[in-house]
Amino acid sequence: MLQTYTWPRYAYRRPAELDHGGERRVPLVVVGAGPVGLAAAIDLAQHGQPVVLLDDDDTVSVGSRGVCYAKRTLEILDRLGVGERVVAKGVTWNVGRTFHREREVFSFNLLPEAGHHRPGMVNLQQYHLEQYLVERAADLPGLDLRWRNRVVQVTPQADHAAVEVETADGRYTLRADWLVVADGARSPIRRALGLDIEGKVFQDRFLIADVVLDGEPFAADATERRFWFAPTFHRGESALLHRQSDQVWRMDFQLGWDADPEAEKQPERVLPRIRAALDSMGFPDMGFRLEWTSVYTFQCRRMARFRHGRLLFVGDAAHQVSPFGARGANSGIQDTDNLAWKLDLVLRGRAPDTLLDSYDRERCAAADENLQCSTRATDFMTPKSRAAQVMRDAVLSLAAEQPFARVLVNSGRLSVPATLRDSPLNTPDGDDFGGWMLPGAPLDDAPVLAADGRAGWLLAHTGGGFVLLHFGWPAPAQHDALAALAQAEVPVRTLVVLPPGSRVPAAVPPWAGVVIDRDDLAATRCDASPRTAYLLRPDQHVAARWREVDAAAVRRALARACGRA
Amino acid sequence: MQHLNTDPNFGIPGERYRHVYLPGDDFYEMLIAGHRGLADAQSELLNARLILLLANHIGDLRVLKEAIAAARAGLAADNADHDETPTR
Repeated sequence: MLQTYTWPRYAYRRPAELDHGGERRVPLVVVGAGPVGLAAAIDLAQHGQPVVLLDDDDTVSVGSRGVCYAKRTLEILDRLGVGERVVAKGVTWNVGRTFHREREVFSFNLLPEAGHHRPGMVNLQQYHLEQYLVERAADLPGLDLRWRNRVVQVTPQADHAAVEVETADGRYTLRADWLVVADGARSPIRRALGLDIEGKVFQDRFLIADVVLDGEPFAADATERRFWFAPTFHRGESALLHRQSDQVWRMDFQLGWDADPEAEKQPERVLPRIRAALDSMGFPDMGFRLEWTSVYTFQCRRMARFRHGRLLFVGDAAHQVSPFGARGANSGIQDTDNLAWKLDLVLRGRAPDTLLDSYDRERCAAADENLQCSTRATDFMTPKSRAAQVMRDAVLSLAAEQPFARVLVNSGRLSVPATLRDSPLNTPDGDDFGGWMLPGAPLDDAPVLAADGRAGWLLAHTGGGFVLLHFGWPAPAQHDALAALAQAEVPVRTLVVLPPGSRVPAAVPPWAGVVIDRDDLAATRCDASPRTAYLLRPDQHVAARWREVDAAAVRRALARACGRA
Repeated sequence: MQHLNTDPNFGIPGERYRHVYLPGDDFYEMLIAGHRGLADAQSELLNARLILLLANHIGDLRVLKEAIAAARAGLAADNADHDETPTR
C-alpha cells in the first residue's frame, strides 16, 4: 500500500441501456480510462461531442508507472484544463547528469529558451495525472465515464463498431459510429481482432522502485535526474534516479534478462540495492521506505495502421516504446490531440471520413520517430554485442574530455513533439521562411499581452478550432474576407499579433482577437514580417503560412487541412 | 593551435537538424548496424579497416597525430578508473 497516496474508488452506476433494450447507437466510445483514453474523451467532449468512456476497473493506475510529462504534453493538458494542476503538483526539473561508474561524463540542462509557459519536463506519478483527468471529465456533461464496464467483444461493421460491454448487472451493446481504442499495451481489443503489432523485443529486465526518502538529496528547486552507466553500486549496465512529487523518488536498475522477476521484486532484494545507491551518492544516513516496486520488460513496436475502419487505436494500444526518453504517455496524449478535432469535424459532416486517414499517417510518422529515438537509446544503454559494448565504452571514456562524444552519450532522448513534415494536410510553403515553424510543426509558445493588457501566453489564444495568426493589422481590403472566414462552416478565427509596445485600438472588429507580442518572440520564432500569416490547426500545428495573406489561399489551405483537397 | 576538431561535427552539409543529437545518433546507429552479425574478431578487423579508411580520408598528419594522442590519453585515465573499481 502506498503511504503517500490513497486510491480513489469511483462508483459504478447501472448503465441505462440495461433497462432500455440492452442496446444504443452512440457517436463515440472510448475504451480505457488511462491517461490517453481520458485525454481523448475530454478533448472530444470539449468539442461538444457526447462520448462514452468505458473502463473495466474503478480507480486510477496502480503504481506510478509513467513519470515524465514533456512540454508539448503540458500544453495539451492546458487545453484540456488540467495543465496547471499537473505543473503545481509535479516536480519541474531541468538538470540531468550522466555518470560512467562514478565519474560524471555529461550533463544537460532542459531549460528551454526563455519565453515558454511550460517547462521542458515535469515529473508526476501517473495516478495523480489520471485523478486530475477523471475530475476534469466530471465537469463535462457530455462525457459519460463508466467504471467497471468491461468490453468483452468488438464487432467492426461498415458504418459503426458494435461494442459488447459486461457489468455486474449484465451485458449491453453500444453501437458506436467511431471507437477510440485506448486499452493499453496488451490491448485486448487489438488482440481479439487479430491485428498485427510488429517490432523489436528487448531481452532485458529492469527493476523500478518508488521510494520515499527521509531527506533531500538535492535542493527541491534544483532537483536532478541522475543516470549511471555501469554504476559502481549495482552490477548492471545502468541505473536511474528521478524525483516525483511528495518526496517519492523513482529508481530504476537494469537487471538483465536472466533475473527472476518475482524474486527481484521482494523487499529483501530491493532494499540493499537502494541502500547501496544512496551510500554511493554520499547519503549513508538517509533513510527510506518502499512505496512500490515492479520488474518490467519492454518492446519497441507499432501497429502497421492505427485506423481500422471505424476503430482508431491510440497510445500504447497502437505503439510501444522503451521508457528511455519518456515517449510513451507523452506520445499517447499527442495521439489524442491529433485525433479529437478530426473526429469532431467528421461527426459534424464538415470533413470527409478520409480525414481520419491523416491521423494514421501523421501519428505513424510520429511513432516511428519515437521508436527510432527510444530504440537508439536502448541500444546505447544495453549493448547487444561485444563490438557495441566496446564502442559504447569508448564513447563514455571520451565524453568527459571531448565535446563531440558528449553528444553521442545517449541515456534517453527526451520526448519532443514530432514535426508532421510530410503530412498531406500541410500546404507546402510558397514563400521563404527561416526558423522551425514549418508546415506540420506544433506552434512554439511565446509571452503575449491580451487586449486588456493582461500577461499571458500565445498558445492559450489558439487551439480548439482553426486560427489565422496574422502579424500586424490586416489590410482593410481583407477585412470582409476574414470576417467571412470566421463565419464559415469550419470557422477560422483571426488572431492579430501586434509588435511589442503596440496599443490595442479601442474598437477591435468582432472577427478578430488581438494580442501583443510582448518580447517579439512570436514574430522571431515564426520568422514573421508585417502581414505574415500562419494558419493553425485545432491541435496548434501549422497548416500553412504566407508572407502576405489572401483569403482564397486560406480557404484552399483550410480545405486541405480538413482532408477536402 | 589544435588541428583536430573535437566539437560535435556530424551532419550532412546544408541540412538543418531540429535537435543537436540527431546527426550523431544517425552516425552511431550506422556504425553499430555495420557490426551486426559479425564475430568479435571480424568486428575488430572492421574497426581497424574503418580507422584506415577514415584516416586516409582525413590525410592531414597533424590531425591524425592529435587524434591518436587524444585517444591514448583517455585510455590512461580509463585504466586508472578500472584499478579503483575492481568490481566492474
